[in-house]
Amino acid sequence: MGSFILRRSLQMLITLIGISILSWVVITVAPGGPIDLHMDPKVSPKIIEQMKKNYDLDKPVYQQYFLWLKKLFTGKLYSFKDGRPVMQKISERIWNTLLLNLVATVIIFSLAIPLGVFSAKRQYSFLDNLGTFGAYLGISAPSFWLAYLLILGTVELFGYPVLGMRSFVTEDFTTAEIVMDRIWHLMLPSVILAIGGLAGLSRYTRSSMLEVVRQDYVRTAKAKGLPEETVFYKHALRNALLPIITIFGFLIPDLIGGSIIMESVFAWPGIGRLSYQAVLARDYPVVMTILSISAVLTLIGNFIADILYGIADPRIRYE
Amino acid sequence: MGELAESWEVKRGQEPEITFRLRKGVLWHDGKEFTAHDVKFTYDKIMDEKTNTVRRSSYELVKKAEVPDPYTFRVTYQQPFSPGLETWSMGIIPKHLLEKVDINTTPFNRKPVGTGPFRFVEWVSDEKIVVEANPDYFQRKPHLDRVIYRIIPETSLSEMEILTRGIDFSGIYPHQYRRMREVPFLKTFSQPSLGYTYLGYNFKNPLFQDRRVRRAFTHAINREEIVQYVLYGLGTEATGPFPSHLWYANPGVKPIPYDPQKSRQLLSEAGWKDSDGDGILDKDGKPFRLKLITNSGNEIRRDVGVLVQRQLREIGIDVAFELYEWSVFINKFINERHFDACILGWGLSVDPDAYEIWHSSQIEKGFNFISYRNPEVDRLWEEGRREYDTEKRKRIYWRIHELIAEDQPYTFLFVPLGISALQKKFFLMEKEEAGKERLREIQLEKAGLMYDLIKWTVPQQVVVEQ
Repeated sequence: MGSFILRRSLQMLITLIGISILSWVVITVAPGGPIDLHMDPKVSPKIIEQMKKNYDLDKPVYQQYFLWLKKLFTGKLYSFKDGRPVMQKISERIWNTLLLNLVATVIIFSLAIPLGVFSAKRQYSFLDNLGTFGAYLGISAPSFWLAYLLILGTVELFGYPVLGMRSFVTEDFTTAEIVMDRIWHLMLPSVILAIGGLAGLSRYTRSSMLEVVRQDYVRTAKAKGLPEETVFYKHALRNALLPIITIFGFLIPDLIGGSIIMESVFAWPGIGRLSYQAVLARDYPVVMTILSISAVLTLIGNFIADILYGIADPRIRYE
Repeated sequence: MGELAESWEVKRGQEPEITFRLRKGVLWHDGKEFTAHDVKFTYDKIMDEKTNTVRRSSYELVKKAEVPDPYTFRVTYQQPFSPGLETWSMGIIPKHLLEKVDINTTPFNRKPVGTGPFRFVEWVSDEKIVVEANPDYFQRKPHLDRVIYRIIPETSLSEMEILTRGIDFSGIYPHQYRRMREVPFLKTFSQPSLGYTYLGYNFKNPLFQDRRVRRAFTHAINREEIVQYVLYGLGTEATGPFPSHLWYANPGVKPIPYDPQKSRQLLSEAGWKDSDGDGILDKDGKPFRLKLITNSGNEIRRDVGVLVQRQLREIGIDVAFELYEWSVFINKFINERHFDACILGWGLSVDPDAYEIWHSSQIEKGFNFISYRNPEVDRLWEEGRREYDTEKRKRIYWRIHELIAEDQPYTFLFVPLGISALQKKFFLMEKEEAGKERLREIQLEKAGLMYDLIKWTVPQQVVVEQ
């Protein structure tokens, strides 16, 4: 196990360097740059040249890459757009995104797995069919459209603001009211975020469950006279949930990577909006840093999933 | 500087001098007095090559800037340059706080200290900016205690916040205007904006070197219909490079009428006829085809493009219409001069000078990306920026307006109305001579709705005297 971890860590480091170089190339090759977006007749071409020099954009692409690395590790990385430290810009938004995604994930897992198991247990019953229909609806309906409908409906029904993370004039609120206000604002976006994942994961659980119950060992367990419930919930369920571990690994980068659309629709101040604005403004330091962070998290997520798999599934051994 | 200057005078001549007399006793939000040294410091910082600002261009003709005494600031220009006056309305930064820091990365940029009626409280990224009344403001303390600026990325949803009273004031879209007008607790405002949207023709393409063709296009494009359907009527037809509500716009220039018949006639004079009967005009065996481009993400320009495409098709011109992301659009097409026709808009300033957009010296690298060239217009732009007398300038710009409208290097489409909605609970508190205060309804001033924000108030009991 020890040598496995070491080998994988080394692999991950190399992959990470590869990813960052590739991202850098893609970003800088993309048309447009941070400076020449000014469509202002009062700005002379001479000044544009000077500005490019200030931001090191006149240097060759590979030099710019190393400069970025150097600044990243010495903590001197500033956004092109407003001159603020990149890490500060990211850290003040990351918790907002994390909170939203965490709630959405809790909703997904706590509902999807029971729902999937239930559907598998009563395959082709009316409720199973209803679930299938609902899942397809959830996957197919564009989430921004659902969000719009939900916002319109809520405003129509309750007449209370729903956009943003909180209400803005809260002096006369008690602590309980402030908490309630935060929960209220969290509700809609997390439900919308959860819908797609919920539909997907419940389907996944259902099919995984159905596959397992047809296995020989399940039939054996039934044949030797174990009660139906024990077989289903103990023997079959455990094995059916193994693939979910993989999904768990993918989840880690998803928790931090914000949803651009949902964060925009709900005016949620998160990472998704930051990265979208940074891409539009060609704010290379911010774009690169966010990309690298999500690359690191993806690699770590995979790594954790591998290890968990080794622990949960005795058939898998790491040398 | 703007309102911080009590008065200013311009000494004309080969090297004109502008002297600003500053208001005495104005305090920065941290209590220090504001002086001419702050103005000089701001200017020096803008001119410093290490400062990451593009504003330097505006001051390139300044020869020197001096502070004869703490309440006087004087600039000398290398040559007469009347648009320069307006550039001194820039914001001023406090010398005592910024002298020893790196201006590009200082935390000051996120928690500024100014001299205005409201002082900074906090800025939460992508969420809000909060300012509070400044009790030491030199005019008077504002009636409102606090102003919160909210950041809502999906602008069409800001309507929901206005309706639930989560926002008091917001700019709105044309399609929301009629709806909002019927909401009992809202007031709506509209005002011609300082800019226009146009269809620009690239003179590098031989198609558009013939004035008859450009005029034929304008005759074929129904601008009234565009305003009606795209802006829901909330705009006016543009007649030339200056919106008609401004002093430098020539009221004598009338819009070229929508007249497809006239358009066909002009095109046939220019040699464009449908000789093979396929519905597309042709000349020397080549059909009249062109590509119209604009940037994506602007729904109004997109809709304008679709209408223009259809209207031009009616007179037998085949238009392909494409949208590109802003930076691709600018870099690959506009800056490369690689397009046939484009839809764009200009925002203008209170000074009429638009040398960078129209002068032929700006064809190579400047903003005359359509490569328009008219020696008389060139001469007039040069003259206009040398002249300080408003009456004389007016005559110059009126002539420019006429000439450019005649040439139709653009088809000037429309001047949109800026529209906004405000909760009705706000009123203006005004002092009468007798010292009595009275409430008045908020009206749109020429300088904009927020012009007298310090007088805004939310009264407990409303007794309005008209």
